[in-house]
Amino acid sequence: MPQTLAEKIWDSHVVGRRIDGKELLYMDRHVMHELHAPRAMRRLGEAKRTVRRPDLTFGVLDHAVATVPGRDANSSADGAPLAKAMREGADRFGFRLFDIDEPEQGIAHVVAPELGMVMPGATHACPDSHACTVGGLGALAFACGTSELEHVLATQVIALTRPKQMRIRLDGRLGAGVTAKDVILHLIGRFGIAGARGHIVEFAGTVARDLSIEGRLTLCNMAIEMGARTGLVAPDEKTFAWLTGRPWAPSGAAWEAVVNAGAALTSDDDAHFDCDVIVDCNALEPQVTWGTDPSHVVGVNEPLPDPDAAGGDRADAMRRAYDYMGLQPGMMLAGQPVHRVFIGSCTNARLEDLEDAAAIVRGRHVPDGVRALVVPGSTAVKKQAEAAGLDAVFRAAGFEWHESGCSMCAGANGDAAVPGQRCLSTSNRNFEGRQGPGVRTHLVSPAMAAAAAVTGTIVDARVLARAGA
Amino acid sequence: MEPFAALTGVAAPLLLPDVNTDQIAPASPEARSLHPDYAKLFFAGWRTRSDRTPDPEFVFNRPQFRVAKILVAGENFGCGSSRESAVWAPMAIGIRCVVARSFADTYRENCLKNGVLPIVLEPHVATAFEAGVVAVDGSAPYTVDLNVQRITCPDGTAVAFAISAAERTALLEGLDDIGLTLKHVEDIAQWESRAGNERPWLQRLRPPPA
Repeated sequence: MPQTLAEKIWDSHVVGRRIDGKELLYMDRHVMHELHAPRAMRRLGEAKRTVRRPDLTFGVLDHAVATVPGRDANSSADGAPLAKAMREGADRFGFRLFDIDEPEQGIAHVVAPELGMVMPGATHACPDSHACTVGGLGALAFACGTSELEHVLATQVIALTRPKQMRIRLDGRLGAGVTAKDVILHLIGRFGIAGARGHIVEFAGTVARDLSIEGRLTLCNMAIEMGARTGLVAPDEKTFAWLTGRPWAPSGAAWEAVVNAGAALTSDDDAHFDCDVIVDCNALEPQVTWGTDPSHVVGVNEPLPDPDAAGGDRADAMRRAYDYMGLQPGMMLAGQPVHRVFIGSCTNARLEDLEDAAAIVRGRHVPDGVRALVVPGSTAVKKQAEAAGLDAVFRAAGFEWHESGCSMCAGANGDAAVPGQRCLSTSNRNFEGRQGPGVRTHLVSPAMAAAAAVTGTIVDARVLARAGA
Repeated sequence: MEPFAALTGVAAPLLLPDVNTDQIAPASPEARSLHPDYAKLFFAGWRTRSDRTPDPEFVFNRPQFRVAKILVAGENFGCGSSRESAVWAPMAIGIRCVVARSFADTYRENCLKNGVLPIVLEPHVATAFEAGVVAVDGSAPYTVDLNVQRITCPDGTAVAFAISAAERTALLEGLDDIGLTLKHVEDIAQWESRAGNERPWLQRLRPPPA
């Protein structure tokens, strides 16, 4: 019977069926962070249970770490007890923690791919909604809450009901200066924040194929913002080339076996999708969110939409969003003054993202009244960027250059804006209060964030790119 | 998990679509502490105005809803982050049942894992039910009976709801989710052994050379 890629990975990981009808799906890798793991480990201990596979379990410190230069585990008052609990848990249960001062430190969804811990065709668990990021490498990743985290620690499986299958074929070619971030924001705008609920989404088509691995990770990262259970892109030569030689990836004959098995990791031609759509991306322009969820999005040269045209509950939500954001229907976002810029998060803080931003920033300067922050997705990304001189570009332009962590994506640990400020952010959520109470977040690509930082306004980054430095 | 007993209590209407978990339990120093006071997290941003005084209009600040046990919500309740604190926060103020037009996937699962009953009513039933909850305005209690899958309104009318037999049993008996899975510990071991032969790169993970 023809199968989708997700079904193939699913079926090859089914351990059994529970009496309640749920399928038990084996998790090949489990990466947890300090915000939720301490409670799960405490409860595991109280129940006198242990970690079944500490060798497949990893811990990172990302959500509650300070990112100020020179930080250590104690720089964040909130984070210090969580980091300590992670260290104690690692000692007690025997899993590997990538601690704050280690070269592997960083955001879970950035670290797992770059270490080669994520394999095409494998499953991956992480107690964070952006677990879906690693689907960009052709893995099937599952987000979960804290109880499920405890469950994975104890059993190495997740009990799930089989999701439905959705495919989005991204046709055409992206124009210069249009990125994976613009594609996924456009899709969320089109299908809505619950448009893929209950589904695993496979991103396919020429655009998905043409994207770099970094771009595919960005694309899959925001599958959850469409309500998807998870998202993935079928692996190809690019995927295997990207993973070759990474520290935790297999090598030699074992690596050849991975590559050979990869040939079968595609959806069959006649596989059934419950929902199968084609989206033409040829005319796509850089996207900017205007409201308080990621579906409130327009092209940078489009006027803001009319709530009356939406109708119903959603029209009320749009009016509430306009009120919160200090904007009105029919306005243009271009030209709006910007107070804060954040280039970071699991969505857009890999090396390619920082290169995109630096290309706009080079030879320009952040004006007075604007505060701009770059927070690399991992310590390794930070070191690579510094080796390439990107930190110097950002610093010379008046940006702050920080250590790695989740930072301003969730307004954490002092990395927050103040009420009423307009913040252009490369992160994934523009919810009310997400970057601090009353903060007005606009989600954009790294180039668009950089362009806003050096002009002090929302602007089409392509204009700056064409003008050169 | 605590079994779900029959529930009688006030139903509080929060009839907005797409209420996300960042609203239900916002990130804050309290949320990041090792032992958060989850009641303090509950809609922390919406309970207070920008001058930090309580917003008297917010439903859970109104006196009759401080003892609410049922939250009545709109479409796509609990979207966004997978944080389980967005279930623990309502539980901390006494909510044990959420009635919504629909739920985000992970939020619904997090409810079930904590003995909170998530109910989705059919659209034609939901409209009348929501109007009733608004009209009653916390003046009289609703009763949720999971055994017979029915909500009884203060005027004596009843609304039926659907839930899978397995989820119903798990809630009624307070079944331990991990315990259920551990009945399959032999299956897990066999799977690992088979996968170790077929896909050794996944089962035998070796740290990189130092």
